[in-house]
Amino acid sequence: MESLTFRHTTQKPLPGTRAQAITGVVASGNLEILLERVLPPDAFEIAIETPIAGYGPVWEAVVADFVARAQPGGVRISINDGGARPDTVSLRLLQGARLLEA
Amino acid sequence: MADWRGERKARDARIEAGRAHARGKVVPADAAVALLEAVLKPGDRVCLEGDNQKQADCLARALSQCDPAKVNGLHMVQSGIVLPEHLDVFETGIAERLDYSYSGPQGARVAKMLYGGQIKLGAVHTYLELFARYFIDLTPHVALIAGVSADREGNLYTGPNTEDTPTIVEATHFKNGVVIAQVNEIVDKVPRVDIPGDRVDFVVEADTPFFVEPLFTRDPAAMTETQILIAMMAIKGIYAEYGVRRLNHGIGFGTAAIELLLPTYGEKLGLKGEIATHFALNPHPTLIPAIESGWVKQVHCFGSEVGMDRYIRERSDVFFTGADGSLRSNRALCQTAGLYACDMFIGATLQIDLMGHSSTVTQSRVAGFGGAPNMGSDPHGRRHPSDAWMKAGREAQVVGDPALMRGRKLVVQLVETFGDKLVPTFVERLDAMELAKKIGLELAPVMIYADDVTHIVTEEGIANLLLCRDADDREQAIRGVAGYTEIGRGRDRAKVEELRARGIIRRPEDLGIEPLDADRSLLAARSIKDLVHWSGGLYEPPAKFRNW
Repeated sequence: MESLTFRHTTQKPLPGTRAQAITGVVASGNLEILLERVLPPDAFEIAIETPIAGYGPVWEAVVADFVARAQPGGVRISINDGGARPDTVSLRLLQGARLLEA
Repeated sequence: MADWRGERKARDARIEAGRAHARGKVVPADAAVALLEAVLKPGDRVCLEGDNQKQADCLARALSQCDPAKVNGLHMVQSGIVLPEHLDVFETGIAERLDYSYSGPQGARVAKMLYGGQIKLGAVHTYLELFARYFIDLTPHVALIAGVSADREGNLYTGPNTEDTPTIVEATHFKNGVVIAQVNEIVDKVPRVDIPGDRVDFVVEADTPFFVEPLFTRDPAAMTETQILIAMMAIKGIYAEYGVRRLNHGIGFGTAAIELLLPTYGEKLGLKGEIATHFALNPHPTLIPAIESGWVKQVHCFGSEVGMDRYIRERSDVFFTGADGSLRSNRALCQTAGLYACDMFIGATLQIDLMGHSSTVTQSRVAGFGGAPNMGSDPHGRRHPSDAWMKAGREAQVVGDPALMRGRKLVVQLVETFGDKLVPTFVERLDAMELAKKIGLELAPVMIYADDVTHIVTEEGIANLLLCRDADDREQAIRGVAGYTEIGRGRDRAKVEELRARGIIRRPEDLGIEPLDADRSLLAARSIKDLVHWSGGLYEPPAKFRNW
């Protein structure tokens, strides 16, 4: 098990008012994402628990692209990863942000 | 004086020796070993029919039980190395040399035996290439084939899985070889004559029906959003863009997703009748919704697929069927159709390098490629135009007089950037090259060479390699769709944006596709059961795909 945390400053807060959302499933090759609107509006943090070590740079790149695209200010994300591929992670992050915006 | 009929006399002597174990042409299963020991000579070239799907398994068991003191040093020339017996004969010395095309399930053992020197390998061919050599320098002395039924004259019904049989018999029988067929049953009258009886010397009544595996059934329930997104991009960015009507699909989940999106997403884009109307393809169950919705006009098949027989019988406007109503498949002719009559091949691979060479060979497995290298190549013998072919030709760099331009076949690789267990699809160097060095292959086992590939589609976008003008364009186009793999993260971002401006790389948003719309609700069928419903109950899935 490897634990990773990344923090970013965003240009704007994520739109919407919903406080919390959960998406995805805990399964091999998939992941579960918990999103909570608990941080200052220009802060973003993500905490990842993954069974596959050595993919830090991949996670870092996936998260950076997500932040640039979604501008998720105010959001803290916790990920319980089941060894998902980066494209699945990316998709779940965007799905989660869309849920929180609703 | 020279004897110009020596081979014929030798064949007559072999048949005479075999007759001792037969009643007429019919041989009981328990006499199969004795028959083979009587007919085979050391060093013979033997085709033990191992097709992509059906297997002459009763004869394979018999061959592996022959006495190596009597039968040895055989040169096996068959398209598929599928059953354990296909390799057992190399361990006992019954066989020595091998020329083949595909060894999916036995790939790891083939690699081990090549490395250990137990197999002397000629080459790993494409199907069409091996069949061609049957008529030039790899003509079998003896062919051991599989059919559904035979009459006592030897007339054979090979049925829906006719596959390689007509080609093998053509080469063997008409060049003084002996043809031995195993059949599931001896009947008074066969449903139709697929192989005329005068080309069949012995018929073995097998103890069990021949083995055939459902290789082309993809369960829609296992399809992911990423595969759906890739399929949407392919439909909008390639099928629609080039107006591809005549094509061949690979066997992966990506192309299965495309099949299931035609009646939904394709319909929404108004593409019905404009794309995907004529196929060289096995009868994929996932094609049922597109057929039922009137998308697909015609399908010619390499082989059949378990469970599809009744459906095919009731859809003879679409499939090729005999007077008895059942499917007639033919691998050699369908491969030829895929090569010359299709404008596009679209399929998956395991590894792609920075030039675009691709291979499904990994360090420990020599699987062979079957038909992909043939269908996934630009046939320089083609002389008929089509809109799709000409457009691709125009996009490739035209040198010299444009009036002498020829078209290009679209060869599309549909891949996810990471495969199973987070193994990257994009690599600096193909494992195939390492393997070739390790076991001393003169030719690295490349499935599709870079100069044949026209597009690579991943979840990140489409790279159009036809529009690349130099090696740097090409490398960055590939890196630009390689996602978060090391190859992808090593991209030159400015160059990739330039390629995007030139239309060489297209992102989902450039195609008007929202990745979050790639949802399973877009699939025309979301389970095997849905496919059964679409077929009106005619599709009968094998037990391992039934979970209701």
